[in-house]
Amino acid sequence: MALQSLDIVRRSATTTPEPGVRQPAVGPVAKLIDTTKCIGCKACQVACMEWNDLRDEIGTNVGVYDNPPDLTDASWTVMRFAEYENPKGDLEWLIRKDGCMHCADPGCLKACPAPGAIVQYSNGIVDFHEENCIGCGYCIAGCPFDIPRISKRDKKAYKCTLCSDRVAVGLEPACIKACPTGALVFGTKEDMQQHAAERVADLKSRGFEQAGLYDPPGVGGTHVMYVLHHADQPQLYAGLAPDPHISALVGLWKGASKPWALALMGLTALAGFFHFVRIGRNRIEDRDEAAAQQALEAARRSAPPGSGGTREKRP
Amino acid sequence: MTNHWVDIKNADIVLIMGGNAAEAHPCGFKWVTEAKAHNKARLIVVDPRFTRSASVADLYVPIRTGTDIAFLGGVISYLLSEDKIQHEYVRNYTDLSFIVREDFAFADGLYSGYNPAKRSYDKSTWDYEYGPDGYVKADPALAHPRCVYQLMKTHYARYTPEMVERVCGTPKEKFLKVCEMIGSTATPTRAMTIMYALGWTQHSVGSQMIRCGAMMQLLLGNIGVAGGGMNALRGHSNIQGLTDLGLMSNLLPGYITLPGEKEQDYEKYVAARAFKPLRPNQLSYWQNFNKFYVSLMKAWWGDAATRENNWAYDYLPKLDKGYDMLQTFELMSQGKMNGFICQGFNPLAAAPNKAKMTGGLAKLKFLVIMDPLATETSEFWRNYGEHNDVDPSKIQTEIFRLPTSCFAEEDGALVNSGRWLQWHWKGAEPPGEARTDLEIMGELFTRLRALYKSGGGAFPDPIVNLYWPYAVAKSPSPEELAKEYSGRALKDVTDPKNPTQVIRKAGEQLAGFGELRDDGSTLSGCWLYCGAWGPNGNLMARRDNSDPTGIGQTLNWAYSWPANRRVMYNRASCDPSGKPFNPDRKLIAWNGTAWTGADVPDYKADEDPSLGMGPFIMNAEGVARFFGRGNLAEGPFPEHYEPFETPLARNPLSPAQEQTLSNPAARVFKDDRAAFGKVAEFPHVATTYRLTEHFHYWTKHVRLNAILQPEQFVEIGEGLAKELGIASGDRVKVSSNRGFIKAVAVVTKRLRTLPADGKPVHTVGIPIHWGFTGLAKPGFLANTLTPVVGDGNSQTPEFKSFLVKVEKV
Repeated sequence: MALQSLDIVRRSATTTPEPGVRQPAVGPVAKLIDTTKCIGCKACQVACMEWNDLRDEIGTNVGVYDNPPDLTDASWTVMRFAEYENPKGDLEWLIRKDGCMHCADPGCLKACPAPGAIVQYSNGIVDFHEENCIGCGYCIAGCPFDIPRISKRDKKAYKCTLCSDRVAVGLEPACIKACPTGALVFGTKEDMQQHAAERVADLKSRGFEQAGLYDPPGVGGTHVMYVLHHADQPQLYAGLAPDPHISALVGLWKGASKPWALALMGLTALAGFFHFVRIGRNRIEDRDEAAAQQALEAARRSAPPGSGGTREKRP
Repeated sequence: MTNHWVDIKNADIVLIMGGNAAEAHPCGFKWVTEAKAHNKARLIVVDPRFTRSASVADLYVPIRTGTDIAFLGGVISYLLSEDKIQHEYVRNYTDLSFIVREDFAFADGLYSGYNPAKRSYDKSTWDYEYGPDGYVKADPALAHPRCVYQLMKTHYARYTPEMVERVCGTPKEKFLKVCEMIGSTATPTRAMTIMYALGWTQHSVGSQMIRCGAMMQLLLGNIGVAGGGMNALRGHSNIQGLTDLGLMSNLLPGYITLPGEKEQDYEKYVAARAFKPLRPNQLSYWQNFNKFYVSLMKAWWGDAATRENNWAYDYLPKLDKGYDMLQTFELMSQGKMNGFICQGFNPLAAAPNKAKMTGGLAKLKFLVIMDPLATETSEFWRNYGEHNDVDPSKIQTEIFRLPTSCFAEEDGALVNSGRWLQWHWKGAEPPGEARTDLEIMGELFTRLRALYKSGGGAFPDPIVNLYWPYAVAKSPSPEELAKEYSGRALKDVTDPKNPTQVIRKAGEQLAGFGELRDDGSTLSGCWLYCGAWGPNGNLMARRDNSDPTGIGQTLNWAYSWPANRRVMYNRASCDPSGKPFNPDRKLIAWNGTAWTGADVPDYKADEDPSLGMGPFIMNAEGVARFFGRGNLAEGPFPEHYEPFETPLARNPLSPAQEQTLSNPAARVFKDDRAAFGKVAEFPHVATTYRLTEHFHYWTKHVRLNAILQPEQFVEIGEGLAKELGIASGDRVKVSSNRGFIKAVAVVTKRLRTLPADGKPVHTVGIPIHWGFTGLAKPGFLANTLTPVVGDGNSQTPEFKSFLVKVEKV
C-alpha cells in the first residue's frame, strides 16, 4: 500500500488480485482543463515544479512561447501554444496544458515489464513508482499521448502524478491551486463532466458550435479531460490525438496473445523435452541431405518458365 | 481604478484596450472569466498584437500602435450619430449643455492659443462662458452651437469608420462590430468596463487616450456604476500607493500639487486649488483643500508648522519646471547632477534610450542603489560584452549598493489597482546584510539631520525641524508611519455645528478626512488615506470577505480610499431622483432621508437629490467634463496625433500642418529630437511589452521564471518574416536610431501587417524582460532602442510606438 488512502487496483507486470474492500465513496477523480479559459500563464508549470521539487534546465528560446519546449523528466506539464486561422479568417490562439492524461486503460502500465513500476489507484490516478523502474522505455511506446520521459540522469521514467500525494490527503493537485482563471478544476469525474457540460453550453452560445468535452473512449476515458472549442478537431491543439488507442503492439504483447504466447512457449518447451527423452538429439544424416537436394531440383523443374519468383505474377 | 477588481465580474461588456490583462494581470483577470461565466459578458480586445487576453476574447480587433484616439474618437462619433448614449445620465451628470467661450477654436489639428515656439498653449480660451452670477451658462436643449454637445459632435464627425480604417488599419466592418457591442451598454441596465494599462499610458498622447476612453464611458452612462468604470491596471504591487503618496516630482500626498515658482504667496496657492462651485448648490469638495494641506504640513513639521509661518509653506520647494524622470536624466546627461539615490528603481532598464542613461550615470560623482537585486543600473559601468559594451576605465562614478529587503520581508500596506490598502505581514527575514528601506532612510535622515544641526547651511529649517516622533529614530516602524499618514487629532476636535461637542479627543486617530481641520488641530500625512488606521485600529488589516449583496462589495475587507468607498462616483449609478438605474446591481440609493446601500456614498450622505447637487463632487461643476477645459496640455477634446516616430509623413486628420503630425504640446529635448529615427531608414514599427512569465527586470533573477522564458526574443509577423527570409528560431538584429539589440525571432500570425494611410506597416513586438544580470540567458536591455519623449502631461515615455529596422543576423 503506497499510502493509507490510496488503494492500488492495477500494478505493472503483476498478477496478484487487486484489493477490493474499499471503494472510493465519491467515485474516481478527474482534472478538467478548460482550454477556452486558459491564458497560458504557466502558473501550473511553476506550481508543478515547486510542489514536486523539480527544476528543469534554463534552456533556450526555439522560436515559440512554449518553454521548456517539450515535456522532460523535470517538466511534467508544459503549455503548448498553437495558432489557428479558422474558416472565417479569424485567428485563434489555442493553448493547451499538456501532461499525463491518466487513462482509465493505461497503455504505459500495460506495456511496463517491471513489476510495480506503474500503478493505478482506485481513484483513477496512474502513478510511476520510479524505484521499481528499469528504464526500458516501454511505457513511452505504450502511451498514446507521448507523455513519459526517461531521465538522462537516472534512466528512469517520469511524468505527472496528478499530485497523488496531495490528492491522497484531500488536497487538489498543485496546478489546480495555482490556476488564476479557473481553467483548471478538480473533483470527481462525474462533477467535472457536469461542469464541462455547462462550459460547453456557454461556448455554444458564443458561436463555438463544435465545443465539447475530450474524454477519449479509446483509452477507456481519462482522468484528465479537456474542454475544447473545437472538440471535432483535437489535433488543432498542438496535435492532441483525435482518437487515441493503446498501440496494437502493446495490445498484442500484453493483451490477447499473452496467454496463448505463454501457453505456446510452455508447450514448445514441453515438446522439446519429451522429444529429447524419447528420441534423443536430432541429427542430420548424409542421406537426408541428398534427399532434400533431390526434392529441390524436382520442384524447380516442375515450375512453369519465368516463375523464378512470385513477383512477376502479381498484377 | 474608479471601480475595483472584483467589480469587473458585474460587467456585461469588458473592453481591454491599451492593456493586456490576461498577460500582465493574470490573477485579476479571473474577474473577467467570472463575468463571462456568470454574467454572460462578452470580451473585446483591441490591440496591435493578438495577445493572451485576445486568446480568450469574443472579439479581437487589430489596431496600429499609437492610434487609439482615432479609434475611440470613431466610437464616440458612432455613439453620437447612432444615438447610443444614455440620455438621462449625460443630460444630468455631464457638461454636455454647458456653453463654451466664443473665442475657443479648433482648426487643422490645433486649438486656439498655440505657441509654436514654446510648443505649448495659452489655455485661457479653453473655458466655459459664465453668467453675471459667476455660474456656467448652459442650454439644457443642447441646441446652442457652442454647447459642449454640439462642439463635441462637430469635433468627432471627422472620425468616420473610413478614417478609423485609414489611420488605425482596423477593417471597417470589425470596427463597426466593436461600436455595436459597445453601444449596447448605453441602456441603464447594461455596463461596460474598460481595462487599460501601459498600452495607453506609454504614448506621447497617453493621457488623452485615457480621457477619450472616459468620454466614451460617460456617453454610455458607464461611470459610477457596478460593472463599469475606467480601470487602470497598475503594474507594480504598490504603484498605486506611490502616486497616492505623491512620489511624483510635482505632487504632494493625496494628489495635492506642489506650488510653482510663481506661487510664493500661500493664500493664492490655496485659493487656486480650493475650487469655488461653478454651478448652484454644488459640493466642490476641493473647497476643503486647506484642511488637507494644513494636516499634511502638521504631519511633516509638527510644532514647526504654525499659522504664523503659513504652516511651513516656505519649506515646500517651488517648482520652476517639472522634475520628472525624463527631465532628471536630461539634467544628468548635461552634467548638472552630482549624485543620485536610486531606491527601488532600475533606470538603465526602465528609462528610455540606454545610451543616454549610461552617459548620464557616468557623469555622476556618486550613485546610491537601494535594491534587493544586483540591478543593471548598479552594474552600468561593467563591461558585459555586447550586452553592455562600456569601458570601465572611463567611468569614475562611485557606486554604493545598499541591499534592501523585498516586500515579503517587511510589514506594511500595499495599495492595489482598486485603491484597497491591504496590510501584509512579513513572511521571512531579509537575507544577509539587507535592511528594510525604512531602516536605511531612517539612518540616512538622522545622520543628515545631525550634520545640518552642527554645520547649519543656507536653509536647514525643513530638515532640522522635520517632525520625527518615532520610538526608534533610526528605524521608524510601518505601524507608526501608517498611523501618521492616516492621521490623528493634535487637540480636541469639535463638531463645527456644535463647538461644545468633542468628536475626537487629542491624540485619538481620526475616522476620516471629514474630521480634518485647517487650524492645526489635526495631522494627516495623506488625506485620502485618512481613516485607514482609525479610532478602531488598523482597518487595512481586515479580512472579512462577506458580500451581503452578492455584487462583490466587501466593505469589511481591507480599506479602500477614499472613505472606504469601493466604486467612485457611485451617486451616478442612480437617476436624478435617487433610484438605482440598475436595481439588480444597486450600489446606493436615496431612502428619503439618507443615501444607503452596498457602498459608501460618493456624495453628501444626507443630501436630498431634489436639490440638484451633481454626482461628480470633486469637480467644481458637480458634473463630469467632456470639455476638458485646461486640465490637459493638448486641448479640451482628445485629438489624434501620431507617435513621434511614425511611418506617416502627415497626420491624416490634420494633413495641412506639419506640426500636428505628433503631439504639438509634448516636451522634447533637443538632443532627443535629433536621436529620432526616420521611416526611410527604420521602416518597421516597434512596440515593447511584458510577458506573464516575468515581472519587469526582477524575475530573470529567479530560476523558476527563467525556466519559463529563458532567452530574449522578439516577435515578428509572417509578412515581415517572409520579406526578410526569417524563420522562427533565427537570430535577428533590431536597430533604432539609438542602438541595437539581437534576439531570437518568434515568427507569428499574431502580429499582422496593417495598412497605415494605405501603406502596409509591419509591427515588431519586443518583450522587455532581459538584461545583462540575472539567471536567465543574458540579453540586451530593450530600452537600448526606445526614444526619449513623454506624454504631454505625465511625461510617461513613449515605449509603445517607435521605429526600428529588423535584419537577419
